[in-house]
Amino acid sequence: MISLVKRPEPSRVFSLAAPLLAVLATFVFGGLLFAALGKDPFLAIRTIFWEPLFGEFAFYYRPQLLIKGAPLVLVAIGLSLGFKAGIWNIGAEGQYIMGALFGAGAGLAFYPAQSVFIFPLMVLAGAFGGWIWAMIPAVLRVKFGTNEILVSLMLVYVAEQFLASMSLGLLKNPEGFGFPGSRNLQQYASAHNAELIAGTGMHWGVVAALIAVIFAYVLLARHRLGFAIRVTGDAPRAARFSGVNPTRLVLFCLGTSGLLAGLAGMFEVAGPSGQVTIDFNVGYGFTAIIVAFLGRLHPVGILLAGGLMALTYIGGDIAQSKLGLPAAAIQVFQGMLLFFLLAFDLFTNYRPRIGRAEVA
Amino acid sequence: MDLSSINPLLFIAGFFVAATPLIFAAIGELVAERAGVLNLGVEGMMIMGAICGFATAVETGSPLLGFVAAAVGGAVLSLLFAFLTQIMLANQVASGLSLTLFGLGFSALLGQNYIGIKPPRLGDVDFGPLGDIPVIGPILLSHDIIVYLGIALVFGVWAVLKFTRAGLVLRAVGENHDAAHALGYKVVRIRTLAIMFGGACAGVGGAYISLIRVPQWTEGMTAGVGWIALALVVFASWRPLRVLLGAYLFGGLVQLQLNLQGVGVAIPVEYLAMSPYVITIVVLVVLSRDANRAPGSLGRIFHASQ
Repeated sequence: MISLVKRPEPSRVFSLAAPLLAVLATFVFGGLLFAALGKDPFLAIRTIFWEPLFGEFAFYYRPQLLIKGAPLVLVAIGLSLGFKAGIWNIGAEGQYIMGALFGAGAGLAFYPAQSVFIFPLMVLAGAFGGWIWAMIPAVLRVKFGTNEILVSLMLVYVAEQFLASMSLGLLKNPEGFGFPGSRNLQQYASAHNAELIAGTGMHWGVVAALIAVIFAYVLLARHRLGFAIRVTGDAPRAARFSGVNPTRLVLFCLGTSGLLAGLAGMFEVAGPSGQVTIDFNVGYGFTAIIVAFLGRLHPVGILLAGGLMALTYIGGDIAQSKLGLPAAAIQVFQGMLLFFLLAFDLFTNYRPRIGRAEVA
Repeated sequence: MDLSSINPLLFIAGFFVAATPLIFAAIGELVAERAGVLNLGVEGMMIMGAICGFATAVETGSPLLGFVAAAVGGAVLSLLFAFLTQIMLANQVASGLSLTLFGLGFSALLGQNYIGIKPPRLGDVDFGPLGDIPVIGPILLSHDIIVYLGIALVFGVWAVLKFTRAGLVLRAVGENHDAAHALGYKVVRIRTLAIMFGGACAGVGGAYISLIRVPQWTEGMTAGVGWIALALVVFASWRPLRVLLGAYLFGGLVQLQLNLQGVGVAIPVEYLAMSPYVITIVVLVVLSRDANRAPGSLGRIFHASQ
């Protein structure tokens, strides 16, 4: 009989080992899945994780790593603050969309004027769009005690419809021959989030993601607010006694995560994607939840996890075209990762003991 | 716009069709939550049910077998959640989310070869001459067996929770798992069963969408119904009969919205399509004060450490 004994303190070793074990287990079970789909599992995993980094066309794929990783890290950093404190924003996808719409809208309002102020204005507008969308669940939670999980999620569907409406209506390219979608911001110099160093994939979104990582690290390690977040997550009652203001914490955590998600959307629409289209969002807001947990809600961990998850996106694309691996298989693969992580996390807080449990 | 083109009888009869997936998903989740388990994976279990039911119905030609397969599919997926939260003591919110993400992906994988296929049709129950009664006949007595099964299920759950010993034990586990454990009830076992019941119900609800309401298979076709079902449980303040009321209200709104799209009302389609979600939020806000009626141990991890 195996019983579990609660550790007096979470194990540091397991807290680091759990993500690695989860990745390993996902390799094994993902490999089995690929085999079940009739693909060579070793070749598939090699294609996903090796090809983009060191394969023949790595020079093309490596920049993609930054392009795909930046929004994931940016969103996940924001989410992790709330998750740490038990505040669940799962509507980052909606905030990402709103950020993109506000950002693109601000830029397109000035078309075709050229000015150095347009891009910074778009950044502000994008951040505002994500922030305001996240403030809806935040305010409803503090004012009425409404469940922020459901509200933020519902707002994703609202944002998706809003996106459809915008790309068919207000933001539609007047010279687009009636096709849905906005003007291409890549062809509008003042609004284009271009690569800072050509051919590296390094754009302002990547810079923002790195700043966010540092900001979150400092906040959690050194700032009073970071302390409030950690205490609230670990011991909500103790937090209240130590003078944490729960209202402000909810507003801050949801607001920041919305702001960062909005930024991610804005950088994406102005850069790699270029235009507002009906299916502009590709699920970064949801994948970022996996990134946040895989990174153990720690800024540096999230940076690494974001890289890994970006790799599965890129490698997944390669495996799709080369091996005919269905896109959904990658989604399952990502989902598995979160599963195993949550499962292995048990050993961070509990120690298994083999033998009969003592009867008191 | 021509409102007269809406047939009032068909319109009201449509309430039942729109409400049935919600009824199943919500009553299943209600049982799980009354046992103290917050399973945010409803959406994932529904979509798994939708594809399992669809595939089985297409392969066997029997929609009823499809619904059975959907219940099994949902329950099997929910076992993963039970494993994570009851045995591996993982956070229920995160585990539920992972279930939804996994379910969406896995269903898309299973459903690749079923896109664009028409499923076999499930016939309506034949009430004989009763079905010819004006008004009542077309509205109440013109549906398939699953609609009636859903209503019966709600009353069944209500009766079991209210009048039976099993229901009392389930509620005890949900209100205070430590006390229930001290009384010798198997908290983990009871919760696992409740989770599986929730999974099976969500699966049937999902299959109702793919087999009857739409009826075809597309990726992510449940489109948030699972989340609305979660909201419905809050709306119902964890009481079964109010689930029925909420589901019909909601089904009615969805039906109205679809009909308005059909007759070309002056509101753009996108704004009509977002209305169910906006209304859900409004309802959640209005009913927020009821949220403290939630079962005492809802969402808390149980570990029999002593």
